[in-house]
Amino acid sequence: MKIKLNFKFLLAVIFAIVYIFPFSLVLINSFKERVEIIANPLKLPAEFSLTNYITAYERMDYASAFFNSLIITVTAVIVLIIFPSMLAYYLVRFNYRRNQIIFIILIASMIIPFQALMIPFVSIYGKLDMLNSRLYLVYFYLGFGVALSTFMYHGFIKSIPMALDESATIEGANKFQIYRHIILPMLKPITATIVILNSLWIWNDFLLPSLALFQKSRTLPLSTFSFFGRFTTDFGLAMAGLVLSMLPIIILYLALQRQIISGISEGAVK
Amino acid sequence: MYTEKGLLDKLKSFATFSFIPLFAFVTVLLIPFLVGFLLTFTDWNGIAAISSLDYNWVGLKNYSVAFADKDFWTALLLTFKYVILVVVFTNIIAFAIALLVTSKLSGRNFFRSIFFVPNLIGGVVLGFIWVFIFSRFVEYIGDITNLAAFQHSWLVDPDKAFIALVIVSVWQLSGYMMLIYIAGLVGIPNDIIEASSIDGASPWQRLRHIVMPLMIPAFTISLFLTLRNSFMAFDVNLALTGGGPFRSTELVTLHIYNEAFRFQNYGDGQAKAVILFVIVATIAIIQVLATNRLERT
Repeated sequence: MKIKLNFKFLLAVIFAIVYIFPFSLVLINSFKERVEIIANPLKLPAEFSLTNYITAYERMDYASAFFNSLIITVTAVIVLIIFPSMLAYYLVRFNYRRNQIIFIILIASMIIPFQALMIPFVSIYGKLDMLNSRLYLVYFYLGFGVALSTFMYHGFIKSIPMALDESATIEGANKFQIYRHIILPMLKPITATIVILNSLWIWNDFLLPSLALFQKSRTLPLSTFSFFGRFTTDFGLAMAGLVLSMLPIIILYLALQRQIISGISEGAVK
Repeated sequence: MYTEKGLLDKLKSFATFSFIPLFAFVTVLLIPFLVGFLLTFTDWNGIAAISSLDYNWVGLKNYSVAFADKDFWTALLLTFKYVILVVVFTNIIAFAIALLVTSKLSGRNFFRSIFFVPNLIGGVVLGFIWVFIFSRFVEYIGDITNLAAFQHSWLVDPDKAFIALVIVSVWQLSGYMMLIYIAGLVGIPNDIIEASSIDGASPWQRLRHIVMPLMIPAFTISLFLTLRNSFMAFDVNLALTGGGPFRSTELVTLHIYNEAFRFQNYGDGQAKAVILFVIVATIAIIQVLATNRLERT
């Protein structure tokens, strides 16, 4: 029994090393100079010089890209709590035939690949001069994200007993007050899952912002992309850029990994 | 359920709760999708405003152009190959890891956290990380071991670049699917497992006849997600190989992107996009039907 346990542990360790190896390699080499990397990419750096980081930080316009990503992600995530939860409440609680049809259309839309509408999307919103601002980008995220979030809220609200609504109605609450004071507070667990999923999606999204943002309001993935494109052969600098790009989310994960893992697992069963 | 009588009440509740999200959904997703579908039957050049209606109906011409394009077929076949490999390996590895980290294992929460890390990072950054590994690091291994497979960067050889693409995708996706399988495994009641060991089932028999049948819902979700993700894979493809060398590792999404925004072939590009949608939709429907049947028996 003891041997078997150790074998499992060993296996897990090997897997973990395979999963983490690419990140460690990038981290080690981000401190080195080009010659040092060519000589031996596996060796620890002779000295932990921050030169690459300082250069990468400046060339990536890191501060601005970070804040653009942050503003867009936070706003879009909030918008994707408010409106989908209201829509889901409406679809579950209001007894209309068409609500079922709306719900089915929302679900069906989730299998549409972005590429299937990308060309007309760019044409329509380019002509409307809407492919240049963070505000419109948030609006696009609402449009693309509303189906999944509504679907998740829908399942959750269905399990909340009608009796709660009814007693609130007797006490004189209107529909919006019921949503705001009875339903919304009960949605906390599923909201945590939705926030995590949407944050990861929007923070890391590349294609939509690459089509819908100008240079000056570039997000972190966009600035990483153009930075890496220019400095591919300057390995150390490129690696430092990648580390900087991953840093915010890794720090967040170190702080909140239990919540993130359990939030996503909750969502997985639904 | 609420039922309202007056038209004014109905309008008011509709406007309060659903107007904004539905308006965004329709304008951002539904209209471009439907317009895009209609445009494939016209000779729209991609530059004229869609609202100008300055184009003619041409029937199925865009589709015949799309199907006559050899590069498109290459991209489609490559995508199928890619999807099969990624779906199979991702699910096997994810299920195996899930079994491992739900068994009696010290530090299993730590391992779960580790395996999930690639999912936190965007495909573009992941792609770049592996560019370094498959080029510089592979050449370094080649230098010290003299193994033939590692003499040159994997990204300059079409076959190896494709394998690289599959490896990165499996590495990225398996952590997420692991969580789905863990959720499924944890949901299996303990007494069923105990009963089977009392009845003398070997670990393998237990896995095959007790655990796996109870895991069908988890398999369904995971299969659906891996299929969808791998058909729509774009970021890693763009960052890791960029479709190269010589457009040999272009998956269908990147192919459509390049046709549209690099070569300005909007008409047949859009037709290809519709074909991609039809494939994804068909597979999704078949899969849902098949698993429903499996769950009932």
